[in-house]
Amino acid sequence: MQTISGAPDAPVVALDAAHMSFGPVQALRAASIEIKAGECVGLVGHNGAGKSTLANVINGRLTPTEGAVQYRVSDPAHKNSENAQASGVRSVFQELSLCPNLTVLENLRIPYRNMPRKGWRKIASQKMSDALDLVFPGHGIRPRATVGDLSIAERQMVEIAIAFADRDSEPSLVILDEPTSSLDAAIAQQLLDHIKRYCSEGGAVLFISHMMGEIFDVSTRIVIMKDGQIVDDNPAQAFTRQSIVDAMGHVAPDDDAQGSARSERELGPVLVSSAIGLNARRGEIVGLAGLAGHGQAEALAQIFFDHSSVWKSGKRPEVVFVAGDRARDGVMPLWSILRNLSLTTLPEFSKRWMVDRPAESGLVQKWKDRIGIRTNNLLNPILSLSGGNQQKVLFARALASSAPLVVMDDPMRGVDIGTKKEVYQMIQNEAAKGRSFLWYSTETDEILECDRVFVFRAGEIAAELVGDEISEENILHASFEMQEAVK
Amino acid sequence: MSGDRLRLALPVLSLVVLLGAVFYLQPRAMSYFGLNLLFNLAIPVALATISQMMIIMVNDIDLSIGTFVSFCACVTATFVHDTPVIGYMILAAAILAYALLGALIQLRGLPAIVVTLGMSFVWGGLAVLILPSPGGASPEWLKTLMSLKTPLVPIAVVAPLVIALAVHFLIKRSWVGVILQGVGGNDRAMERAGWSLVRLRASAYGLAGLFGVLAGMSLVGLTTAADANIALRYTLLSIAGVILGGGEFVGGRISPFGAVIGALTLTLAASFLSFLRLSPDWQIGAQGAILILVLAVRLVFIRKGAVA
Repeated sequence: MQTISGAPDAPVVALDAAHMSFGPVQALRAASIEIKAGECVGLVGHNGAGKSTLANVINGRLTPTEGAVQYRVSDPAHKNSENAQASGVRSVFQELSLCPNLTVLENLRIPYRNMPRKGWRKIASQKMSDALDLVFPGHGIRPRATVGDLSIAERQMVEIAIAFADRDSEPSLVILDEPTSSLDAAIAQQLLDHIKRYCSEGGAVLFISHMMGEIFDVSTRIVIMKDGQIVDDNPAQAFTRQSIVDAMGHVAPDDDAQGSARSERELGPVLVSSAIGLNARRGEIVGLAGLAGHGQAEALAQIFFDHSSVWKSGKRPEVVFVAGDRARDGVMPLWSILRNLSLTTLPEFSKRWMVDRPAESGLVQKWKDRIGIRTNNLLNPILSLSGGNQQKVLFARALASSAPLVVMDDPMRGVDIGTKKEVYQMIQNEAAKGRSFLWYSTETDEILECDRVFVFRAGEIAAELVGDEISEENILHASFEMQEAVK
Repeated sequence: MSGDRLRLALPVLSLVVLLGAVFYLQPRAMSYFGLNLLFNLAIPVALATISQMMIIMVNDIDLSIGTFVSFCACVTATFVHDTPVIGYMILAAAILAYALLGALIQLRGLPAIVVTLGMSFVWGGLAVLILPSPGGASPEWLKTLMSLKTPLVPIAVVAPLVIALAVHFLIKRSWVGVILQGVGGNDRAMERAGWSLVRLRASAYGLAGLFGVLAGMSLVGLTTAADANIALRYTLLSIAGVILGGGEFVGGRISPFGAVIGALTLTLAASFLSFLRLSPDWQIGAQGAILILVLAVRLVFIRKGAVA
C-alpha cells in the first residue's frame, strides 16, 4: 500500500471556477469547491442541477471546459482521471458498475490494477471480506459468490465495499451517488455509520442523496446546487430542511398567465387509471414530477401497455407515445420527415393494404404548417432537421392520430425555449379539444403547465397536487424525503 | 445449486444420455477402439469451439472460424509440411491478423458479425489459393501425436479434457482471464477502471486465432490431408457447442468445460444418428432438433432457478 503524498491538510480536491458545457448546454457554471480530509459533504439539488456533472468532474471522468481541478497528487503530465485515481478518489454511481458474470472477489480485481499476481485470489478474497465486514457487519455475502446471483441490494453493498476497500492506494475521497436507493433502512444505517466513522478517521466523502434525513445525519457541510451553479455551501448546522428546499427552488416563474389558462377548461370523466393511483380525466394535462428515475417512466409504460395490444394494432389507437429519447424510441433515422410523421397514422389513413399517398402527404403538409416544422422539403431525411424540429415531428406524429390519450416521456429534452413555448400552446389547445395528456417532465416550467401533478418518489406517488398547489416548492417538498430516515 | 453449476450440469447430462443411447444401440462401441472412433473428430471441433468461446466471451461472434480452420489446415498440409519455417510464420501471422481484427472492431465500433463474415471469404479464398484441390500431407510429428495410444482411455477423449482443463486455468482462474471475461460482463466498468478495451479485445481475438490454428493443425493430423472446404461446418458447430455448453451470447458468461463437452455432444450426436440408420439427408436437421431440445430444457431450468 502506498500512502498519499502531499501535505495532510491540503484539500483532497479543489475545483476553481470549473465550467462544463455539453454543446450549448451549460451543465456546470463557475463551480468552486474544496473538499478537505475529514469532511462529509452532502450534495443536494433538483433534477438537472448539475450534481452528477460535478461528481464526474471531481472524479476526473469529465475534464472541465474551463477552470481547474487540483488533486493532492496533481501531475500536469497526467490526465485528470489518472490524478484522481492516484489521489485515491473513488466513486459509486447509481448504475451499477460491476461485472455480473464474475464473482465478488474477481470484481475487486478490476479496479485494483496492480494487484500482486501470485495468490491474487486469496488476497482479493481477504480484502473483499475485510471491506464488507468493515462497512456492513453481518452482511452474509461470500466473496466467491457470482455477482449475477446476488440481489440488487447485495450488489450495491459490494460496490460500496469495493470503493472503501484497501487497494493499491488508500481511498481519500469516496463519492456516493444515491448509495442507499436500493438498501433497506438497517443496511443504510450501517453505511451512514461507516461514513461517519470513516470521516472521523480522516477520510472524505461526497454524499449525494435526496433523503434529507440522511443528508443531515452524515454531512458536516451541505452544498446546494441549482442550474449548474453552487448556490449555497455552508456547515450543516446552518441549514434546516426548509432552508434547503427554499435554496433549491427556482425564482418564481416570470409570467403567471398559465394559471388562468389552466382553470378555464371543463374536465371530463376519468379516462385511464393505473394500480398505483395515477389517473387522467378527459381533456386533462396530468404531470408526472419528482426526481428522475423514481418510477415515472415505468408508470407511463404501464399505462401505455395496458391500453395497447402487443399482437395487433387497431385502426384507432387508444394511446400514443411521444418519446423523450429521440434516437432510441423516436425517429426512424433513415426515413424522410414525411414517413416519420405519418408512421402512427398510416392505418387510419390507408385503404385496405395500400397506403393512401395523397392523404398521407395532405396530412403531413397540414401538420407541417400547424406545428411549424422548419423545412422546405418534407422528403428530406429526418436527420436534416435540428433536434427541436425532430421533436416537433414526433409530436405531430402523435397528435395527428385520433388517440384520446397522449403519453409523453420527458419529450422536451434538448429542445430550445422557442419550440417549447410553441409546443406548450399546442398541448393546451389539444387538451381544450378533449384530449388527455400524461406528461413526465424533469423541468419545473413544464410541470407548471399541467392541471394536476403526481409527484413520484421511490416508485410510488408521494403527492397529488391540483391547481394552485402546483408549485416548485411543493414538488420539491414531495420529491425529497422530508421525514426522518427512520422508517 | 448455484447458477454456474446448473449451467454445467445440463451439457454433462445430455452427453451422458446420448452416450447411453449409443451404447444401447451399439454395445460394441463400449471399448477403447469404439470410443476412439465415436469421438474421432472431437479434438479439432473442441479446439474450434474454444476459439469461438473466446469471441463470445467478449460479446462478439465469429462467423469465419470454419473457413479459418480450413485455411490453417491447408497451410499445415502444405507449407508446414514442406517448409516448416515459412509454414509456422504464416500461422503466426494468421493469429496476429485475428488480434488486429479484434483491435479494429473495438477501435471503430464495428459489428463483429459483419467483419468476421467478410473475413470468412478472405480465409476461404486464401485456402483455395493454397490448395486448389484436396491433397497435401500431414507433418509426421502431428500424425504421430494425433494417433497416440494413451493408456485406458483413447486420446480422442483425453485430449479434449486436457484442453478444457488448460483453458479453464487460463480463463477461469488466472487474473488475465478474469479481466477478459470482464469485457463481456461490463465493458464500461472496465474502461472506467482504466483498462484498455482495444488491448483486451485484441487479446481475446488473438487467443481465438491461436485455438483456430490449433484446430486446423489437429484436423490435418487426423485426416493426414487437407481440403479448402474441410471445416466449413465448424462455424455453426462451434457456436452451437459454446451455447450448448452453458454459454450465453452476451454477458461474458462462458464455461471452457461446458464448451468442450458441448463439442463432444455435437460430435456424438452425428455418430448417434448414423447408428439410428437415419438417412444423411436428415442428419443435419436431426442434429438441430437435438440442439433445440437441450436448449429448451436449459431455458426451463434457468427460469425455474431464477424464480426460486
